[in-house]
Amino acid sequence: MTRFLIRRTLQGIFTLWVIVSLVFVLYFVAPHDPARLIAGRTVTPGLLRLIREQLGLTQPLWKQYLSFFGRLLHGNLGESYFTHQPVTKIIAQAVPVDISLAAGAGVIWLTLGLSVGILAARRPRSVWDRSATIFVLTGISFPTFILGLLLLYLLFFILTTHGISLFPGPGSYTPFTRNPLEWAHDLILPWITLALITAATYARLSRSSLLETLGEDYVRTARAKGLSERRVVYRHALRSALTPILTQFGVDLATLLGGAILTESVFGLPGLGYAVVYAIGVQDLPVIQGVVLVAAGFIVFANIVVDALYAVLDPRVRLT
Amino acid sequence: MSLTTIEIASSQLSGEPGERGAAILGRSPLRLALARMRTDPVVIIAGGMIALMALLAIFAPVISILTGHNPYNTDLINGTNQFGEPYGPGQNGFLLGTDNVGRDILVRIAYGARISLLVGTLATLLATVTGTVIGLTSGYYGGWVDAVLARLMDTVLSFPYLLVGIATASVFGPSVPLVVIIIAFFSWGTIGRIVRGQTISQKEREYVEAARSMGASDLRIMFVDILPNLLSPVIVLATLLIPTAIVFESSLSFLGVGVQPPTPSWGNMISDAQGSGLQNWWFWVFPSAALLVTTLGFNLLGDSVRDALDPRTERIFATRRRRSRRGPIPPAPLEAQLEAPLEGEA
Repeated sequence: MTRFLIRRTLQGIFTLWVIVSLVFVLYFVAPHDPARLIAGRTVTPGLLRLIREQLGLTQPLWKQYLSFFGRLLHGNLGESYFTHQPVTKIIAQAVPVDISLAAGAGVIWLTLGLSVGILAARRPRSVWDRSATIFVLTGISFPTFILGLLLLYLLFFILTTHGISLFPGPGSYTPFTRNPLEWAHDLILPWITLALITAATYARLSRSSLLETLGEDYVRTARAKGLSERRVVYRHALRSALTPILTQFGVDLATLLGGAILTESVFGLPGLGYAVVYAIGVQDLPVIQGVVLVAAGFIVFANIVVDALYAVLDPRVRLT
Repeated sequence: MSLTTIEIASSQLSGEPGERGAAILGRSPLRLALARMRTDPVVIIAGGMIALMALLAIFAPVISILTGHNPYNTDLINGTNQFGEPYGPGQNGFLLGTDNVGRDILVRIAYGARISLLVGTLATLLATVTGTVIGLTSGYYGGWVDAVLARLMDTVLSFPYLLVGIATASVFGPSVPLVVIIIAFFSWGTIGRIVRGQTISQKEREYVEAARSMGASDLRIMFVDILPNLLSPVIVLATLLIPTAIVFESSLSFLGVGVQPPTPSWGNMISDAQGSGLQNWWFWVFPSAALLVTTLGFNLLGDSVRDALDPRTERIFATRRRRSRRGPIPPAPLEAQLEAPLEGEA
């Protein structure tokens, strides 16, 4: 186990290094000059040179690259070209939004997806199963931003124009620490958007996983012992059917923590995705670099945790 | 089971010359799958949805000529009313209405279909070929080649793809070829990983040993002997990759780093609509519907293709009942594998 964790951590660090280097190279291969963007349209060559020097852009590329990684080792991600805020601070401000998003949406999609999947698997080819299939196919075909806009239009725009204001419009977000009730109220539409789309995958996954375990010998044995169907499904089959779902859940949650770009831009939530879309618009490399690193870090970390957890949950899996 | 009946029935229907009707034809798995798909109502529905979009794409210039509306040019005189407001659906000869600058939404949707289908199929093709070749190489050679390639796939798969996608597009300046490359770059890993796993199990089979004993080269064994056995999962994955690629393109365009205005794309039309407030619902409802019909069509088709190619899997819209309700349900090997997010191997 320890050897596995060490090996996977080293691999994870390697992956992150590749990703960050790629983004770095991307921005220096590209024909663009951040100094010019900062300076604006009218600028003297002297001022341009000054800005470049300030940003450290006059140094050779390898030196910039090394100093970037040197700073990284000290937990310093540099500062924004434009606002001069430290990138770590920008990220620290945005992450709570994504944690809020992921927490609420995760609970909903796991409950919904599992319920639909179990319902479908217990009675294959029934009306329930077919409705579940339609739910799954619609869910995986719906682009996030369309569902978001649809909900926003139906539940915010139309209701508000009729004088009923049940749901908040885009751009509203209240931190949990300020007012938990308001927090949930502001996030309910983004939660539903993310949850409905993700739940489709979970319904499909839990259906096929549960069907597979229901066909196994030990389930037949359990039935032969005369256990109730409830007990067979929920105690015996579901437990081992849950393993792949848990894996998926870990990775999805981590991906979401790294920024739900589309949901955030539809609902105007100040999370990592919103921050990075803004930064990309003005080519603010340090911010982009930092967010990509954090987002990829979440995914890499979740993969390691999930693989380790897999071995704990399923004794047949041996870690190497 | 009932497969035999379909086989005989359809071979009689097709009435190939020189056959004596009763003779049972030898059929390749792919032809069997095609025969199964021909009797599947879901395939017909899905095919209809895709065909509708394809026709829209092909005849986009014709629609433009017939209506006399250009997809690119703003037309405030004919396209908006005397108050400068856009026309709603059905008003003044605009079937689906006009946008804020007086462009016909129907014509723009038709041109948007061209971009979506083009990007979807090209990116899928590129990703499938790359993923298959790399997966085959990785699985067949093993050793350090596999170590490097498998690591590469893992790295690509742990990219926050939309994030890196928009960053790349913004750096190089968004364009259609770049969008295709970005989508393919983030999609081949999934295919590569599954092809690799399948290759590892296939290369231990006797037929590979037989080929090698006859002096076949590595390339021949990989592409002539092993590859045909992997076609089923590859075809299924490719069909399901098309809608993903189309959604990816429209997401990039929605975020403003995909297809650039004035070229219409469903994504940038929806983004424009959001930018001008939601009051004119036809701005975004029709492009959204077009996008949904396309993705739903391909997802339905992908599901049916999977059912047809791998008859052991559960049929989703099964028309034939199994013998007993409570009977043991066969496991779903391919389906389970296609959906398994992480394989424990390696």
